[in-house]
Amino acid sequence: MDAAQQTASNPQAEQRRRAIGLLARATAQELRLAWDGLPEKPDVKPVRGPETGLTMVRGRIGGGGAPFNLGEATVTRCTILLASGTAGHAQAMGTAKEAVKLAAVFDALWQEAGTRQWVETTLLYPIEARIAAEDKVKAEETAATKVDFFTMVRGED
Amino acid sequence: MYVAVKGGEAAINNAHRLLADRRRGDRSLPSVTIDQIVEQLGLAVDRVMAEASLYDRSLAALAVRQARGDMIEAIFLLRAYRTTLPRFGATVPVDTAGMKVERRISATYKDLPGGQLLGPTFDYTHRLLDPSLLSDEQVEEPVRKQAGGEEVMRVSDILAHEGLIEPDGEFPEDHEAGDLTREPMEFPMSRDLRLQALARGDEGFLLALGYSTQRGYGRNHPFVGEIRIGEVEVEMDIAELGFAVPLGRIRVTECQMVNQFKGSSKAPPQFTRGYGLVFGQSERKAMAMSLVDRALRAEELGEDIIAPAQDEEFVISHCDNVQATGFVEHLKLPHYVDFQAELGLVRKMRSDIDKARSKARSGDNLSQEAAE
Repeated sequence: MDAAQQTASNPQAEQRRRAIGLLARATAQELRLAWDGLPEKPDVKPVRGPETGLTMVRGRIGGGGAPFNLGEATVTRCTILLASGTAGHAQAMGTAKEAVKLAAVFDALWQEAGTRQWVETTLLYPIEARIAAEDKVKAEETAATKVDFFTMVRGED
Repeated sequence: MYVAVKGGEAAINNAHRLLADRRRGDRSLPSVTIDQIVEQLGLAVDRVMAEASLYDRSLAALAVRQARGDMIEAIFLLRAYRTTLPRFGATVPVDTAGMKVERRISATYKDLPGGQLLGPTFDYTHRLLDPSLLSDEQVEEPVRKQAGGEEVMRVSDILAHEGLIEPDGEFPEDHEAGDLTREPMEFPMSRDLRLQALARGDEGFLLALGYSTQRGYGRNHPFVGEIRIGEVEVEMDIAELGFAVPLGRIRVTECQMVNQFKGSSKAPPQFTRGYGLVFGQSERKAMAMSLVDRALRAEELGEDIIAPAQDEEFVISHCDNVQATGFVEHLKLPHYVDFQAELGLVRKMRSDIDKARSKARSGDNLSQEAAE
């Protein structure tokens, strides 16, 4: 089943999915700046990691058929606990441990009513906007390489 | 026979120090950074990731640098590194239909939904060395054009609407995708395992095999239905959360090869397919992979197995360049005892022959004397 289908029936899960997904795409600098800008630094207890491991990336035969194992990718994950008891979880491709740890903290802060809006405004909206802008540039650069076929018309009327 | 088994430690240390020096090269030149390799030698990085079967651009660039640009050595380094990491799980299968397409071409349809998008291609360049790259000349920004927003439809789906092409490869519901890194290889092999082996297989080896099918050794009349390159979302199920979350994106190259049709008394003729999917931007590899995938389906499709590219055990057992280089290169390691044994054997055989000859000669002499 599609992840989107899985969470479609559960709007809360879908929101969390979006937040975790955006935090996975955050740059180390974005996370660091947000952390530095936090009005009140939370008490963070490490639960697991940050640790780097592998995930087996799967493809589908013919693009949409049965799954097969394409190859692995590095992924780093981290789980933390705030003093309030809220658990934060993050993972991202690559080996950036510090960034993933910060992402886990922001995932926890996002779950708390008092800090959610702050995380949205400071971190998630800007990341979303950056990704959209990057995608737009790439799409436009690709669009400029689209072939416009035309038929040569000979000079006979 | 006594053979020295110790020694060489100082020589090895000094050799490695010398290697580090040669790798660095002329100290008056700036050393190349990992970011520079990622950005400016991106296709070398992609090849290392694909054949090491590990997607991580920075680590692949580090491997390229450490290996002095020797691709197979770099692939070896990255493969070795992956064995040090735990496996967290597997991703949800990537959706190549939802790819952020950077290049997409079809050789079967001129006007197709989404169009022919050339992207950053070497095609149509004149392959003339460019002297402007001798210096650090300013490079123009790419041209931008408003994107149409049209869906970049899969070519196989276009043909599928008419029932003219076989479906994407399916397995029974309960089939678990096999994993070469976990279980030893066994033949015959299912197509999912073959695709895993081909995806990490040596580009040169697969290219040559694909080429051999075109030259008549297991011909299968291929058309490039579609090649697409771009980023796909990677998502993984997280047990703690109970749903899949995005991890980020990876760039892949996909090739849908459309091949000679096949029909029977029951099924009307339809095109068959070969599939290629590779980490990074590498359409040569994806094309070769799809040609070989199709060739290896010979038995499934009731074709005669007459050529190397159709021989599953031959192709899959020899396409891994880390295994291949390990076995070929081990020949240079000390084989002193083996060789001494062979040397002794050859000497003995020769002396046996010499003895037999001299005995025969003295026998001749005797009979000659007797005759006189």
